[in-house]
Order: sequence, then structure tokens, then C-alpha cells
Amino acid sequence: MDFNFTEEQTMIRDSLARLIKDQYDFDTRRKVVASKEGWRPKMWAQFAELGLLAAPFSEEDGGLGGGPIDAMVVMEEFGKGLVVEPFLQSVVVGGGFLKRGTEGQKAEHLAPMIAGERVFAFAYAEPKGRYNLADLETTAKKDGAGWKISGHKAVVVGAPWASHLIVTARTAGGRRDTKGIGVFIVAKDAKGVTTRDYPTVDGRRASEVHFDNVSVGADAAIGDAANGLPLIERVTDEAIAALCAEACGAMKVAQTMTVEYSRQRKQFGTPIGKFQVLQHKMVDMFMEAEQSVSMTYMATLKLDEDDVTRKKAASAAKVRIGQAGRFVGQNAIQIHGGMGMTDELAIGHYFKRLTIIDSEFGNVDHHLKRYTDLSAADMAVAAE
Amino acid sequence: MNLDFTPEENAFREEVRAFIRDNYPKELTNMGSREDLTRDQFLAWHKILGKKGWSAVAWPKKYGGTGWTSTQRYIWSEENARVDALMPLPFGVSMVGPVIYTFGSEEQKAKHLPGILSGDVWWAQGYSEPGAGSDLASLKTTAVRDGDHYVINGQKTWTTLAQHADWGFFLCRTDPSAKSQEGISFILVDMKTPGIEVRPIKLIDGTHEVNETWLTDVRVPVENLVGKENEGWTYAKFLLAHERSGIAGVARSKRGIERLRDIASSETIDGTPLILNGDFSRKISQLEIDLTALEFTELRTLASEAAGKGPGPESSILKIKGTEIQQRLTELTLEAVGNYGAPYARGMDGHGINDFGVGPEYSNFAADTYFNMRKTSIYGGSNEIQRNIITKMILGL
Repeated sequence: MDFNFTEEQTMIRDSLARLIKDQYDFDTRRKVVASKEGWRPKMWAQFAELGLLAAPFSEEDGGLGGGPIDAMVVMEEFGKGLVVEPFLQSVVVGGGFLKRGTEGQKAEHLAPMIAGERVFAFAYAEPKGRYNLADLETTAKKDGAGWKISGHKAVVVGAPWASHLIVTARTAGGRRDTKGIGVFIVAKDAKGVTTRDYPTVDGRRASEVHFDNVSVGADAAIGDAANGLPLIERVTDEAIAALCAEACGAMKVAQTMTVEYSRQRKQFGTPIGKFQVLQHKMVDMFMEAEQSVSMTYMATLKLDEDDVTRKKAASAAKVRIGQAGRFVGQNAIQIHGGMGMTDELAIGHYFKRLTIIDSEFGNVDHHLKRYTDLSAADMAVAAE
Repeated sequence: MNLDFTPEENAFREEVRAFIRDNYPKELTNMGSREDLTRDQFLAWHKILGKKGWSAVAWPKKYGGTGWTSTQRYIWSEENARVDALMPLPFGVSMVGPVIYTFGSEEQKAKHLPGILSGDVWWAQGYSEPGAGSDLASLKTTAVRDGDHYVINGQKTWTTLAQHADWGFFLCRTDPSAKSQEGISFILVDMKTPGIEVRPIKLIDGTHEVNETWLTDVRVPVENLVGKENEGWTYAKFLLAHERSGIAGVARSKRGIERLRDIASSETIDGTPLILNGDFSRKISQLEIDLTALEFTELRTLASEAAGKGPGPESSILKIKGTEIQQRLTELTLEAVGNYGAPYARGMDGHGINDFGVGPEYSNFAADTYFNMRKTSIYGGSNEIQRNIITKMILGL
């Protein structure tokens, strides 16, 4: 067992932290979020230059030879700085699918993604599907050698910035069947793709994406178009681990900011940090944040274990971090008092990001049920 | 970063598993959370481990410890939890032992460490007093120098299992004029010394686990002072940090969840196993998830300890979360047994509790264990005191 970071990972962390400190302070972020584009393509280019976009990929795939731990390091720093650029969507999810694609797909898509030239977003959720990855009304119908895709994808985070979409669609079977699901790469400028772009409450951009008989070639399908759910679940679990790391970064900052505020703010002639009822709340915030780090390590380190172990680990982490994020966020606002309610302080923005993280890729209830169902299946196997 | 065990560590697991299988007393299997055992039962495994040289897993080798790495200790506790083994009691091995080898004289080491290791000498802890609980430093028991003796007077309480004790370690005030935390000394006392009276306190679960200890003109040789006079508070804090570091009880709680799942598989609700009831099974899941968070927090703490840092204020997290989980586990176990939580096995005069014969066997002590485990968030520095420690030492408020 080893909980140390490699030299490369420490270097990534340090250089990214410096970059964020220099060029991603809270006021700059506010301006970027309020701008027409909502992100900075130049910042993305700098991330590419730093090697962040290459970090989690093997050298054969054109990466730097790292893996999920490297993505974790990046995402934690993103969380600390409330960085809006789509590392999770393009690198962790987009790259996660593409690195399991054909050599042709890697050459066509993965290399330019790592170079920062192509940006991916993940179009998986649907208006009525909630968190069930298999509940799909979007269809992909065989059309000669290729496919025709039709449907409506909901809240596709990062889509306004993306050049390409990873789309899940039903190729066969009924609406919630686990079989008959495919994964497709679709250029956003393909004929029949329309988007309605909007900001999200936590400072990012997303789209409702409509596909109207969008034609794609045979080479658009990643993996088995008749049975893509196992791959979707695997990549989604990787995304959950990375998202948990982002939450850890945001929680750490929210917690330390709150302690700092309680030192400065005086009421009844004394800093409010001297009141035991607030001290114990802040200790609980600290413990929640620490345990979230533990769970993020756990889930990240178990990504390559067998399917059931990996799924349970990801769900366990998502449950714990959803709860911790809510606790830390709510109490950070409470202890900041009226000032916590203002748009001008950073703390409210951490609260908002932590709130939305819980609902991304399944909330606490969803993952508690997934974990429970997997445990029951485990016990049934053991009993046989 | 990785979770892999080395081939050596896997071989170590095989070795200790085989040793436990071949040597752990069969009749004491699954008795680890019982409080009402005989002295011999409590000490049986300790004595076997003492002969093997495995009774003090956290001690350095030079004092008779195993010198195991933190990973080996983790494996060791997991393997013992598989049989819910009755581990060596903490008072000697985890508490006074490290104080003696860290701060004690050569004579004290030579005299006391062997008995702690072998399990021949039972130790009791004389810390709390009726007026000094969370505010331990307000303790009033005095030790007054008289020639080459201290004369101790006062009253200690919550002295766990002192009815079996051969020796005790006591915090006594040696300088009444000093501020509360100064002027306290750490003194070793032979429990057979005239003037010591141990009176039982019956607890809400019906057991006699703790005592009041009265000390009246108890004469103790000055060589039984550990370290320096009036610096006992430093040693007391050192001891509490050591006590906390093993307190998470992860391996034991894991075993407890397994047992809870077994119980919930036997119990039925509306004709189906309780384990398949969504409300109840999600409670078990939540507990197991919280335990996983604790486990990995402990592993991170052990890793940083292995990197040369002693048990620090982070161990307070382990104490708080570990005890919350232990309590929740017993709470859910009581919920799981339903109506059969009520019958009181210990309440039957003239009957052995082993042949109570009412309800399923696993239900017999579910309520008592739940009642008993409320102690865990109170002892070892209450969980509120632990939060005060984190406030001061980590948050810096």
C-alpha cells in the first residue's frame, strides 16, 4: 500500500496550482463566467501546453504515461480554483472512451483532443432518463454501413465549447434494456445537430442537444454498438472518481475559507471562531472534507479492479461526497452569515458548485441504491 | 499510489491466519464484544500471543514489540477480526506500556514491561474522578511526599475492570499550588497496597465493567513515579493520543457488518428477508460506506505515521468516526432483531446466560451491546473533547 504521489504528479499539481493562482483568481473567473464565451480557449491551450490533457494517457496513446491518479490531481486543483474548463468532459470522459476505441479512432480523435484542438462533451442524459444510463429514447438506426441518430440529450455540460460529442443511443431493444446501447462520436457541426446553449447555476455552460436523423459513418461507433453499457458504466465511474476529486478541492477551500472568516468576523466583542458551537461545526466540516479525500483515493485506486468492486467503490465515494459536499457547503454559508449570501464573496460560488456536483452522474439516493443492489447481488453469489 | 500488498505482506497474512486458526481458543470465538468474562478468558489470547512475541504489535522491537509495519498491523487486526478475537486489553499494552518505555526509568522498564507483554500482570487506569471527567486536569487525588514514599489520598472512578487488576497507573496532584495542568504526576501503584478499595459500579447493560477506586493513605515508593514529578500531564496526553490511534476499530466493525447482514438475512419482514427490505438495506449500505471512509482515513494516517510522524491530532478523527460507527452498528443490530431485543438474558437469576433459550441466539445481547457501546463516545476523551482538540490543534482557533 502506498499513498504517495510520484514526482510527476507532484509537478503537475504544483505547476497547475501556480497557473490557477496567477491567472484564475476569483475576479478573473467571474469575468470569464460572465463573458460571451463563458470559458477561455487560451487557458485550454495553456493546459495542453502544460501536459495536463496528456497526463492520464499511456505513451502509446500519445500521453505522458499517467492514469486516473493524474486526473485526480488535476481535478482537485480545478475544484480549488472553481475552474470551468471541461477537463472532466473532454479528457476524462472523451479520452476515456476514445482510448478504448480503434487505432483509427485514436488517430482521428484522441491525438487532437490531447493537443487541445478538439474538445469533447458527453451527451448521455435525457429529459426523462434521470440518472439511469440505460434509460434512452435517443436511437441510432443502422443506415447502410453507418448510423442515423435521432433524439434529445439534456444538460450536456461543456457542449457549447465542444467540437465533438460522445453520444449514447439505443441501437436495439426496449427503452430501459441494458443491452442494445451504442456509443457514437458525432461532430457538433454535423447536419441535423442543433443546440440550445445556456449557463448553469455553477458558472459553466451546457446545451440541450437535438439530433434529427444525423448521419454518422461506421467508424463513429466506439466499442460494441450492441452492448455498450459496460463501457459507458466504466467511463462514468472514472468520471465519478474525477468529479469526487474536484469536490475535495472545493470542499477544502470552502472549509479553510470559513475558518479564516470566523477568525476575522467579530460579534459580541469576540471573533465568532471562539464560539464552541461554531468550532464544532467547523471540525465536522473538516472531517467531512478529510473523509472525502479518503473516499476519492479509494475509488480512484479501485478503478481497475473487477466490475463489481469498481462500481461499488465509485458509488460509495459518490454517496459520501454528495453528503459531505452538502454539509460543507451549507455550513460554510451559515457561518459566513449574510455575507455568505452575497454574490461578491467566493464562498457562495463554492457552495453552488458543490451543490451541482451531487446531481452529476447520479446523486446520493441513486448511488446508495446502486451500492445496495450490488451488495445484494454479491451476497446472492456468495450464497450459491 | 496503490493498494497492493507485497508478496511478503501476503505471506505474512498467511502466516498470522494460520497461527490464529491453530492457536486461538475455540471456546472464545465471537466473544470479542462481551464485557462479562472471567479474568482467564480475558487473558487467554494475550498469554498465547505473549509466548509468541506478538502481544505488543505497536511497540518497537527493542522493548519486546513486534516492530511490525503499519500495513502488517492492519493485516493483523483484520485477521483477528475474522474470529472476533479477544485482543489484549488496552490498559497495559496500549496505554501504560508506551509511557513506561518512553518516559520510565530502566528499572521500571525491566520490572513492568515483561508482565505487560506476557499478560501476567493486569493494569488499571486511574484517570477520571467524580469531579474530573472531561476536565481531567481538575483532578483532586493527591500524592504527598513522605520520606521515600508518596502518600496517596482520593477517589478515582470508571476504573475499567479494576476488580482484576494487579497494578494501576494513577494521575495524582503533587503540587497543589500549581495551575491545573501543572503539578500532576504519573504514578504506578501496586493494587494490593493497603488503603485501596475497589467498589463495583453496575452499568445500564447489567455488567460490572467499571469501578470506583478509593485511595486512603496509600503508601507508594517514590521509585514508582514515572518521569519527572509534576510533568505527568505530558505523559497523560501522550497516552491518550496512543489510545486513540487504535480506537477506530475498523476490522472489528467490518466483521460486525457481516454479522448484521447475516442477522438481517435470517429475520423476515412481511415474509421476505429483512436484508431485501430497501429501507433497512440502505441503512446497512450507508454504514458500510461510512466505515470505508474511516478505513481509508486510517490507512492514510498510518501511512503518514510510517513516514515518521507519531500519532497526531488526526487520531481524533479516527476516535470520533470510529465510535460513531461502532454505536450505529449496535443500533442497527438491535433494530434488526425486532421484538427479541427486549428479553433480558442477564436478568434470569439462577440461570446461566448461555442457556437462556429465548429468541434466536444472536438477539440475546443485542440491546445490552447497544446500551454498552454508548460509552465509546464518552471515554478516551469524549467526542466533544476530541472536537476541541481538532479545533485547537488543526483549525488553529
